[in-house]
Amino acid sequence: MPSSALDGVTVIDLTQGIAGPYCTRLLADYGADVVKIEPPCGDAARGMGPFLHDDPHPERSGLFLHLNTNKRGATLDLRTATGRRILREMARQVDVLVHDLAPAETAALGIEYATLRQDNPRLVLTSISPFGQTGPYRDWQTAEIVVYAMGGPMFATGVPDREPVKLGGNVGQHHAGACAAAATAIALWTADTQGHGDHLDVSMMRVQAASQDRRTTMFIGYQYTNETNQRRWAGSAPGGGVRPCADGYVNINGSAARFPMLARMIGQEELLHDPRFNSEMARSRPGVSEEFDAYYIPYLMGFTKREAFAVSQEHRIPSGPVYDMADVLADPHFQERGVWQRTRHPQMGEVTQTGRPFLMGETPWALRRTAPALGEHNAQVYCGMLGYAPLELAQLRIAGVI
Amino acid sequence: MPLPLATPLPFDGIRVLDITNVWAGPHCTMLLADWGAEVIRVESTQVMAPNTRGHMVKVAKETPRLRKNWQMEYPDWDPGERPYNRYPIFQSHGRNKKGMTVDLRTEAGLRTFHQLIAVTDVFVENNVPQTIEKLHITYEELRRVRPDLIMLRMPAYGLSGPYKDYRSFGMQLEGTAGHTHIRGYADMDATSCDDVYMGDAAAGVSGAFAVAMALRHRHRTGKGQQIELAQVENFLPYLADPIMDYTMNRRVWSPLGNRHPWMAPHGVYRCRGEERWVAIAVANDAEWRALLHALGDPPWAGDSRFATSLARWRNQDVLDLLIEAWTSERDAGEAMRYLQAHGVRAGHVMDDRDLDDDPHINAAGFFQQLTHADAGTHRYPGLMWTAAETPNAIRTPPVRLGEHNAYVYLDLLGVAQAEYNERTQSGEIGEAYALHVP
Repeated sequence: MPSSALDGVTVIDLTQGIAGPYCTRLLADYGADVVKIEPPCGDAARGMGPFLHDDPHPERSGLFLHLNTNKRGATLDLRTATGRRILREMARQVDVLVHDLAPAETAALGIEYATLRQDNPRLVLTSISPFGQTGPYRDWQTAEIVVYAMGGPMFATGVPDREPVKLGGNVGQHHAGACAAAATAIALWTADTQGHGDHLDVSMMRVQAASQDRRTTMFIGYQYTNETNQRRWAGSAPGGGVRPCADGYVNINGSAARFPMLARMIGQEELLHDPRFNSEMARSRPGVSEEFDAYYIPYLMGFTKREAFAVSQEHRIPSGPVYDMADVLADPHFQERGVWQRTRHPQMGEVTQTGRPFLMGETPWALRRTAPALGEHNAQVYCGMLGYAPLELAQLRIAGVI
Repeated sequence: MPLPLATPLPFDGIRVLDITNVWAGPHCTMLLADWGAEVIRVESTQVMAPNTRGHMVKVAKETPRLRKNWQMEYPDWDPGERPYNRYPIFQSHGRNKKGMTVDLRTEAGLRTFHQLIAVTDVFVENNVPQTIEKLHITYEELRRVRPDLIMLRMPAYGLSGPYKDYRSFGMQLEGTAGHTHIRGYADMDATSCDDVYMGDAAAGVSGAFAVAMALRHRHRTGKGQQIELAQVENFLPYLADPIMDYTMNRRVWSPLGNRHPWMAPHGVYRCRGEERWVAIAVANDAEWRALLHALGDPPWAGDSRFATSLARWRNQDVLDLLIEAWTSERDAGEAMRYLQAHGVRAGHVMDDRDLDDDPHINAAGFFQQLTHADAGTHRYPGLMWTAAETPNAIRTPPVRLGEHNAYVYLDLLGVAQAEYNERTQSGEIGEAYALHVP
């Protein structure tokens, strides 16, 4: 049995919602033993849909299942002094502690880095928060739409004369979680090679502002020209952007240097000699895209999105179909590569979810367990990991600490 | 000049060889370079990799200003003598790296590459698989030269399956992953969806995560490995909400615009001035009461259409008009600060200038001023996160084509001066593209 990449790494996870749990999900996916600590009322994500059969139930949230697969789960009431003492005890013996608390809450719980470091100098403390641990916005609240508005390129997403539009789903929060996982893995490497821990401050706003989406490039463009970017009509370059086809839409990148390939693909090679299209300058004119569409769209209407995807790839032009989720799940490439994982969940039955984000040759990804029920591993964690006697566990239960 | 740092960085002493293009791969190696690795970009003076240092080498002086495309905004709209050292996309990830040129299509070039691999810890590439395989620079070949090599391959669709050699940028594979379909305006079709590159951002970060773990494994076992990161697959888990709704309930999401499956109000609202907007999201009754309080408990506060979260969700059209009546008389930044002070999730939709001026991100010292020999002095976005025990900053500006040829060939590989001169004469070693490159 090959070992996993984060073999032997222990993680205490105090996070809720999306960003923090996605970080620890990734650590758990690659072999860390992640103990998710929930308040007795449960992670807020247990109340977030989608739910199985649209029936809201704390053990039937598909989002919670996705975010917490491969973790163990325990409950602990940090509002009690005993709860806080137990947390300190845990932080002494693990490699990583991840939380998504505001600085004031961290202080109230007694888990500031300066304190924890004294107990455990190799501890990696990963703080994930809307705006970071310092600065004027440090105590503010956020939401997916706020993350993208403040840090991301939302101002330039959408069309002119309409409101800016957010991205779909919760991709910004997932991205903050992925960054936190990368930062944590780098700090674990430092702990291994230099012998000290670290405190990582992952701000969702900053992650967006530093991301290699268009944001950083646009910002540099603004610095270079003193002009801010605007929303623009999609596909304003001829042959670039989403276009209709027989059964939906396809996105073929046939603009700029690839324009000649696109003209050949649609059987209109003579357009390359047409003064309207025969140079980069000509193809930069306003309205040129619509002129070309008169040739291009009738051609695409002869193909389904899958066919248009395949034909454009035969011509070596970057492209992708605009799939809905039924298309994504039915796609033969994803199926053949084993992207989807089927698991059995005690409350939800057989569930299909995404598996590995990437494949590591020597240290494979493994699905070891489904998401924990609330407090499912209390006995394992308190008796096994912390060495409490069964009687003490019962006492904690009676006192409402777990 | 590199800034001296007091504490060692995590990847000090780790060498990374980088044949990456566009965004996803370069973003990954940027993160490795940011945290201390010596990243050497391997580039060619004979072929221009598309969309990395530009669309083309020869850029007509007029096109950038005519096109006003965010990726073409050269300093002062001027492509300059070396546009490839001034291209905003490259400038966004080229920092902290070194650069050399070699022609991998020649025997001498491939030999140089193997010599480099022998002194390399991590090799990263994100090309179409057949491109790399044709050059015989596969893991099986390279591990003979460097047995404990870590090789990260990050093509669009992976190293197997029907789409193995398919080409996609982030914006196209985002469509294959099902994101494009759900992110537009609810009342417009998919042709209104502009280009978004979230898949690149996601792949870059995951690549760095994977490399850090592989280094840890090598440190413990002495073994390297190949990592296969299919960019489209890496992006799928980000779309858990619509995926799970489909697999559990067979519901196919359509675009929601700025609306939310269960929160209301939830949207961006027009503020005073042109193109000024504030985003507001209300998740529960307590936040709803906070919003009403912030708005001065308006006459419609007790309207039965807004009494429960479900009622608010059903009556969003009316609700949005009432909220916008309030925001449209206010400055966007002021509305954000006022609403946040009242416990409402709110954010100013910041354009480039707003972000540049934002007091919070500047308090954290996010932007850094860099002087680049071909691009001048400007402010650049900085590190993605900070580490208390590891103070860090951008140390060198975006690398110019072939900037470190002498270091790589003469110092690192010990190539004889005569051979170096000869290969410089032939144009393989250089700081400019060959004249025939368009």
